[in-house]
Amino acid sequence: MMHRSLRRRPTAGPDTPQETDALPGTARAAEPIAVRALSKSYGKIEAVRGVSFTVDRGKIFGLIGPDGGGKTTIMRTIVSLLTFDSGEVLFEGFPVERSSPYVRSHIGYMPQRFSLYQDLTVEENLRFFGDLFGVAQNEMTRRIEELYEFSSLAPFRGRRAGALSGGMKQKLALSCMLVHQPEVVVLDEPTFGVDPVSRSEFWKILKALSSRGTTILVSTAYMDEALLCDQVSLVYRGRLLATDTPQRLRGQFVGTLYLAPTDAPHRAYAALAESGLCRDCYLFGDGVHLTLEEGKTPGAVEHHLAASKVETSGLRAIQPGLEELFLQLMKE
Amino acid sequence: MSDEGDAATPTPGGRNGFAVTVRGLTRSFGQFIAVDSISFSVGRGEIFGFLGANGAGKTTTIRMLCGLLAPTAGSGTVAGFDIMRAYESIKLRVGYMSQKFSLYDDLTVRENIEFYGGMYGLRRREIAERSGALFETIGLAEHADKLAGSLPVGWKQRMSLAAALLHDPDIVFLDEPTSGVDPVSRRSFWLLIYELAARGKTLFVTTHYMDEAEYCSRISIMKLGKIAEIENPHELKRRYGVSTMQEVFLKAVGGEEE
Repeated sequence: MMHRSLRRRPTAGPDTPQETDALPGTARAAEPIAVRALSKSYGKIEAVRGVSFTVDRGKIFGLIGPDGGGKTTIMRTIVSLLTFDSGEVLFEGFPVERSSPYVRSHIGYMPQRFSLYQDLTVEENLRFFGDLFGVAQNEMTRRIEELYEFSSLAPFRGRRAGALSGGMKQKLALSCMLVHQPEVVVLDEPTFGVDPVSRSEFWKILKALSSRGTTILVSTAYMDEALLCDQVSLVYRGRLLATDTPQRLRGQFVGTLYLAPTDAPHRAYAALAESGLCRDCYLFGDGVHLTLEEGKTPGAVEHHLAASKVETSGLRAIQPGLEELFLQLMKE
Repeated sequence: MSDEGDAATPTPGGRNGFAVTVRGLTRSFGQFIAVDSISFSVGRGEIFGFLGANGAGKTTTIRMLCGLLAPTAGSGTVAGFDIMRAYESIKLRVGYMSQKFSLYDDLTVRENIEFYGGMYGLRRREIAERSGALFETIGLAEHADKLAGSLPVGWKQRMSLAAALLHDPDIVFLDEPTSGVDPVSRRSFWLLIYELAARGKTLFVTTHYMDEAEYCSRISIMKLGKIAEIENPHELKRRYGVSTMQEVFLKAVGGEEE
């Protein structure tokens, strides 16, 4: 049987998992998603190692980090597509491994390679996914119009999905996933390969969804998107290096960060990396970002650069970004 | 004698030391003008960022510069060869590192590179000599006999770069070379790119990620088939009065699609 029309909030009823020995009151858990001490191995490879975090209702939570860090594994366990070895994964207070039909009908999941039907039009794709999730026909048109408003896809409703640009495909994929109005959405690298303008439009849609109360868990390999989240975890090699608001995370960076601005960052980096002057020394496009070794001064670094024939307009203190924090935490 | 005639005789080092110089380069598909009379030059040893929104004409331009697509109109040279006529010669002087480079996971790094070299028609001895030197430069030597499938993303990226460099091209196109790579590996990859540039290779980098664009010596931003900006990142940020290339891009391209 198809899922019944989907309600805005899960309440106790035939939809909720009966087999769950739910703790009292868990049907209205404080957090839609709670992950505690989650571990998962593929053979000898420990993909996720003791990961804990909670996603608050109506917030955007970002899992930020490079490929192969475990982001996809974490997401797939949450949407109950993957079993795990140990720990606890709760959706609305229910253990996901025993509530799979409930989880799947109430979470909108957009995997990295979301399959649109390339030879169906934008609107046909939306209706197809609506049917799949059991959206009533009289409801469907209204919801699709609403999604067009969100996504600005209305002018392209008759265009085949295969003929859309990368950015529009991602918007359509997101819309398909929203047809059944899930309260919680899980998006695995939705902006991969999308240009900056389309990415910024995509994030505006996420912000709008969030302001209407939708809870969003999203992953990305790029730090600039972290700043658009309410809460982020930096994910590396199966662990969370840090979890906090993006603003507070920047405060976790240890030491005063300086920029040595130069047009030849690689040469500045080569001169400084082994100089004994810097505790942190990171290559960036605008120069080297560094912290000083105990007792060393900005003047000493400037002097060393000059002696190494690297032109710089002088060190200046800058605000650390998440990239520098990530680099610092990777060293530990 | 090939039908490329004189066009196939390169000007050593490219005219005026340019790796690429084109004027009025145009390509249309039926009524649609994908690339609309663009003119620009890229010097030897430059790291040139090639940016634009999806559908702005980047890929079409690159396919012309790689000798894979004939221009509808225009003139110029790539690696000293005539872009209108000498595409066979151009193909041999450019390398292309794709974001979605197809590696054979069950072959070793070395075997993958040998396979690739074979496709470029290199002889076995040439392949052995060049890949040996290349593995040293790229830092792949210690991983050469590991299965490609067992390598982390950062090393696969390097392997893909090795494949693009094997036939010793003058110009290398890098398509989002470090996307998804961890911050430390990204930096060692960029040091490698600077090193290649210092050795005289010209690098074209296409990317949607603006922190990567910051590393380039010059940037072009395409919009609707034309070049909207061409300048170094520092100057662009100054002119737009912003602190990141992300903001430059959003302002230069604006919020329009199709």
